[in-house]
Amino acid sequence: MKLYELTAHELHKKLVKKEISSVELTNALYKRIYEVEDKVNAYVTLDKEVALVQAAKVDKKLAAGEAIPTLAGIPGAIKDNISTLGLRTTCSSKILSNFVPIYDAHVIKKLRTDETIFLGKTNMDEFAMGSTTESSFFGATRNPWNLNRVPGGSSGGSAAAIAAGEAIWTLGSDTGGSIRQPAAFNGCVGIKPTYGRVSRFGCVAFASSLDQIGPITKDVTDAAIVLNTICGKDEQDATSLNVEVPDFTKALVPDVKGLRIGLPKEYFGAGIDQKVKAEIEKAVKKYQELGAEIVEISLPHTEYAVITYYIIAPAEASANLARFDGVRYGYRNMEATSTPEMVTLSRTEGFGAEVRRRIMLGTYVLSSGYYDAYYNKAMQIRTLIRRDFEEAFQKCDVILTPTSPVVAYPLDGKMDPLQIYMLDVTTIPVNMAGLPGISIPCGFADGMPVGMQLIGKILDEATILRAAYTFEQATEYHKVFAPLGGNNK
Amino acid sequence: MTKYITVIGLEVHAELKTKSKAFCSCSTEFGGVPNTHVCPVCLGMPGALPSLNKQVVEFAIRAGLALNCEIKVFNKFDRKNYFYPDLSKNYQISQYDKPICKHGHIDINLDGSEKRIGITRIHMEEDAGKLVHNGATISSSSSSSVDYNRAGVPLIEIVSEPDMRSAEEARAYLENLKAILEYIDVCDCKMQEGSLRCDANISIMPEGATKFGTRAEIKNLNSFRALVRAIDYEVERQKAVLEKGEEVVQETRTWDDTAGVTKSMRSKEEAHDYRYFAEPDLLPVELDEAWIERVRAELPELPAQRQARLMQDFGLPKYDASIIVATKAMAEYFDEAVKTTQDAKGIANWLLGDVSAYLNNEGITISEFNVTPAHLAELVNLTKEGVLSSKLAKKVFAEMLKADKAPKTFVKELGLEQVSDESAIIKLVEETLAENPQSVADFKAGKERAIGFLVGQIMKKSKGKANPEIVQKLLREALG
Repeated sequence: MKLYELTAHELHKKLVKKEISSVELTNALYKRIYEVEDKVNAYVTLDKEVALVQAAKVDKKLAAGEAIPTLAGIPGAIKDNISTLGLRTTCSSKILSNFVPIYDAHVIKKLRTDETIFLGKTNMDEFAMGSTTESSFFGATRNPWNLNRVPGGSSGGSAAAIAAGEAIWTLGSDTGGSIRQPAAFNGCVGIKPTYGRVSRFGCVAFASSLDQIGPITKDVTDAAIVLNTICGKDEQDATSLNVEVPDFTKALVPDVKGLRIGLPKEYFGAGIDQKVKAEIEKAVKKYQELGAEIVEISLPHTEYAVITYYIIAPAEASANLARFDGVRYGYRNMEATSTPEMVTLSRTEGFGAEVRRRIMLGTYVLSSGYYDAYYNKAMQIRTLIRRDFEEAFQKCDVILTPTSPVVAYPLDGKMDPLQIYMLDVTTIPVNMAGLPGISIPCGFADGMPVGMQLIGKILDEATILRAAYTFEQATEYHKVFAPLGGNNK
Repeated sequence: MTKYITVIGLEVHAELKTKSKAFCSCSTEFGGVPNTHVCPVCLGMPGALPSLNKQVVEFAIRAGLALNCEIKVFNKFDRKNYFYPDLSKNYQISQYDKPICKHGHIDINLDGSEKRIGITRIHMEEDAGKLVHNGATISSSSSSSVDYNRAGVPLIEIVSEPDMRSAEEARAYLENLKAILEYIDVCDCKMQEGSLRCDANISIMPEGATKFGTRAEIKNLNSFRALVRAIDYEVERQKAVLEKGEEVVQETRTWDDTAGVTKSMRSKEEAHDYRYFAEPDLLPVELDEAWIERVRAELPELPAQRQARLMQDFGLPKYDASIIVATKAMAEYFDEAVKTTQDAKGIANWLLGDVSAYLNNEGITISEFNVTPAHLAELVNLTKEGVLSSKLAKKVFAEMLKADKAPKTFVKELGLEQVSDESAIIKLVEETLAENPQSVADFKAGKERAIGFLVGQIMKKSKGKANPEIVQKLLREALG
């Protein structure tokens, strides 16, 4: 097996046993990146020199016989909306195409403490607005399973990098499914922790009340390992929760006996690809075989989730993205003759079409005279969606759904934005309720990976990790590698 | 001609004197090299998040309690959206529909009658940075620079009810408010530096009307004088509009202090739609009662209480006491001075008279006054003991202004001790009587006025040092 095909926990053992060095490993990853990157386009920026310096530091420690954290010396990559001191952070937007941050995000500080290696910054939908990674200013990312298809989004680069062997672990961010859906489309594991589990400080905000950082990895164990590093209260993020963080690797026990798994009927209705449905049903059977109890549940407000999301998220985004005005940093139109003109032109030219669309939408729903009809109403529905889950969790311990009603679709831009918005119906409610959700591979349809989503109670990442781990141990889907098939013409 | 009633409400922004900014740990110090008191948070860097400085909440509670407000145990922050280069995030973190304080009041006293001015609300928010136009005016500048040192400095906005009916009432309200904020030590209240800023909502309505007229909001009032002048101007302007049969337009106007006029800034149609919504980066503020009660217990003496104390403990007239307590520094000066003199009224006279005149002339506050309270008290004592006449006391005071030394030093240096020695004075009396036979004759003929002339002559001979009371006594004895 190639080094880039291994998981972080496997590579950690090799490093500790001195079978390989971190420099060797890092070089192997860059070699792989150079081989496949022109097909995949998972990265916006690479940082090889710094990565190798860091790798050498870890090797020195290993040579001195020092103990190292699990992620030390293991090359990963960071979604390009997470602030990295001295390393360009673009949000895949023209407006930040030359922006180099002056500070590290909280999660980056934590990962640096663990002496991980950052290979570079991964591609994404511009400002995380999208489900295909096609809206990137730096070009679309391709799905390593079929280069003619989308990798999903918005963390498409982070997921494709894992599938293509261009990183061992990555960070994504998830506002309405942006970790879980690309993880599903690329046959990876992706977890969105409970809102507040991970500090958002340094994650360029899209929709502040929904955004959450999480890992995308090759297996559930690696997801738990990355979570262990990045979770925890941060004084600089008022919304981060001041609760104890368990050792998530302790949850990795292959046992679901007596676990009550809820199947919400609303997630299996119209719009779901029958082949995807069949794979999910197979997974449900597997869980039954493993001793879990399957219960029918209902989340009655599911049908309002997408429209509600497309009011709340753009509303917050319209304010969050106001700071990109060309005054302090980022792209600036130099022909303007007044400040208002400079701001208007910088924003018009600096943002792509989807971002402009959502800013306009958000500005509209917050406008006086419309606020009550849209934003206020949406906030009320959000409460109802949250209650749906609270009631459902009276009857079950985890909720099982398809991560996406479809597999990765062709990258041809033929999908109508509204059609794409509606596909997020399976992931959006989880953000609306602030719950943890994980996507793991559970089969194939038309040669493309199918993802299964497990949703947990607030702060109960441990149970969904256990359920995911149990399934993973009983199946082989996570061991299949992306063929880099198709062509990216 | 129709008689009009003026209706005024004030919105006052007070910069809180916390050490660090509202949502980050940067210094709030005034001035400084541009963009040195900044960090990713107050610069609005991508991904940076606010975290609330608890001291801001404490100061807002303190202000709320001092202004007789209800403190809202549940309040929250909102985003106020508008684009301006000095606003680093292009939204201001403020409080919209759930402010921290509501329903307060201040009692003002004008011409002996008391009036209660309602306070609608107090909310917390952050200040913006400052634009520096690199030219004489905005329009003639080819570029502007921004200094974010002030960005994120905490403010409270205190909104009054439209309860004031004249510029004098507005002035009295603002003076009271300023004094209270100073006393509770939450704001420097330096109007010139902008740490206390005032906007006025002004409308007029015909006498007997029940509905307020259309109001204009006047901005840029950065002194008491500007407030009074702007209100007077605006009332006349609105009267003229109504007299012409036109309607007052709802708009924002700015006060031009040099021209002495208000000018239209933007009409209602051009007004910003701030698109307020709850700030998702901050949790709602939930206060526990114990905190509020602790702040209440620690509340210092307020101007009204202090005024009552000065009247009761020192027997000061209401007028004197009210002037002394109007500024915290003056009140503290008084308290310090009366530690070393029994003559509180003497201190009050100096403070209200020569000291205030001097401060006004110099354009300084009592905090910058170079004469220490102890020295002023000594001067009062020297007068009281008869060592100095009031005239000489003024002379010594003038010297003290130049260099603050103990008054006794000047008395010695200038040889100004009052002469109370009768044997020395009797000599002068005799000399004077001999030199002025006509006056002596006048007095004896019943012209009481002549004695004043004689006293004056004797004082002149003594170079003002003779004790006037003793001069009078000896003179009358000599004249039989």
